[in-house]
Amino acid sequence: MEKKGLTKVDLIFETIDPKEVLIKAFKMSSGDIIKEMLDSGLKGRGGAGFPTGLKWKYAAAEKEPEKYIVCNADEGEPGTFKDREILDRVAYKVYGGMAIAGKAISAKHGIVYLRGEYRFLLPQLMKELEKFHKMIGEIGYDFKINYCLGSGAYICGEESALFESVEGSRGEPRNKPPYPTTSGVFGKPTSINNVETLVTTMMIIKHGAAKFYELGTKDSRGSKVFSVSGDTPTPGIFELELGMSVQEFVTEFGDGDTKAVQVGGASGFCVPRKKFQNTIIGFEGVPTGGSMKLFNSSRSMYNVLHNYLDFFAEESCGQCTPCRVGCQQLLKGVEKVKKGEVKSTYLNELIKLADTMKIASKCGLGQSVGNAFRTIVENFREEIIY
Amino acid sequence: MYNVGNLVKELSEKHGRERESLMPILQGIVEKHNYLTDEAMVEVARELDISAAEVYGTASFYTFLDTDVRGKYIIRICKTITCSMKGKGEIIQTLEDMLKIKVGETTSDRQFSLIETNCIGWCHKAPAILINEIPYTELTPEKTVEIIKGYMQKR
Repeated sequence: MEKKGLTKVDLIFETIDPKEVLIKAFKMSSGDIIKEMLDSGLKGRGGAGFPTGLKWKYAAAEKEPEKYIVCNADEGEPGTFKDREILDRVAYKVYGGMAIAGKAISAKHGIVYLRGEYRFLLPQLMKELEKFHKMIGEIGYDFKINYCLGSGAYICGEESALFESVEGSRGEPRNKPPYPTTSGVFGKPTSINNVETLVTTMMIIKHGAAKFYELGTKDSRGSKVFSVSGDTPTPGIFELELGMSVQEFVTEFGDGDTKAVQVGGASGFCVPRKKFQNTIIGFEGVPTGGSMKLFNSSRSMYNVLHNYLDFFAEESCGQCTPCRVGCQQLLKGVEKVKKGEVKSTYLNELIKLADTMKIASKCGLGQSVGNAFRTIVENFREEIIY
Repeated sequence: MYNVGNLVKELSEKHGRERESLMPILQGIVEKHNYLTDEAMVEVARELDISAAEVYGTASFYTFLDTDVRGKYIIRICKTITCSMKGKGEIIQTLEDMLKIKVGETTSDRQFSLIETNCIGWCHKAPAILINEIPYTELTPEKTVEIIKGYMQKR
């Protein structure tokens, strides 16, 4: 398997002249911009990893004259805080990426959906936005962005739930298809991209697809911003080239006693020490939207699992039965096992339930509860039981 | 008691009377008056010409659009794993002792509410809380006492 070592990169937070990059982008045709994204190998940075160029290609192909670019700034995955930092430090690049996306798919409107927990950033973000609109005006390009605020619902990070929320409804995910590129916000073709993805597209236009493609591996091109927390002497935000092993990550960020790393947050995967060496952080191994939590041997993995299940039981929108009931039953189930009210083999039944949720749930929330559940229960079974 | 009708009118002028105006209007009411009363929701329904059930249905979906009585300062303590590992319990104890309420309650003078919330995105600076929209991070019991004292003097 192709792999790279741990290398720090400075693309996302690099200071650039946005006007220069945007002038370059606006001179390109829609097809050229999309080709540049496809050539770069960029996959969405929110976690799901859909190829950005492909998303833009589908949205560009729609005939509808009114289209939207939505920036997903509803960063709610436990352990992720990189989008907040990006908005705080380089919001102008987020706006720039939205305008480039707008050019690629022929959209004139952009919406930033900012989670309510980050409302304190809004005054500063609006100031930056004013500057951006002025600059775009000077270039002579027509693209307007406005803000929508969330109100504390994790599920609104799911794209179709986010659209519902923008439209003033409960944030309940829609059935797919139709996909957002056909029918997104207000029923119009929409490209919805993560904060970091949008910044990356601007940097690809600046440096060229080839430069980005050089970084990372076949399945995970480029670099990515990681949110590092938990038992580490150096918590914070780090931009790293993709393709490193969990072991290399732990060598850099661990406290010498790391027993597990939760990659991708509550909806991600738990990697135990014995698998550090052979697990690649990226789409060929364990994918992540950026959340990296380290746990040392003083931590109970039962507490970690219980915390995640409690989180999902609260954040499930309640619309579909497998997720609504499944989250609650998994939570109750591990409590019963811990208390000794049921035999430890009951965990096998719970794993079956988590697998059913993966197949039968309507959206990514219910489908991914089983990731953490299975990987924690399988690797730390004794900690769940005793 | 405030005149909710005027505020709803004012917010509808600002954000419009479309369905997509609902969230900003509800957020505007909460920003001014901490939570949504039944009267406020009925008033919004009338103003936007939708049913009150629609308004309540939307509001009750979002944890930051409280329909229960809340104080002027809503303290939300992050309870997700990293904050839990890094001393959330001590911070809650400090807040409960100081405000003489339990998690989930509001002080009788309606100045403070204490509630737990899911990840607020400050795991690298845990434990963290939000007071209304302002984040406070890397808390210790001492630091927490100072912050709350500051708010108590503000009233």
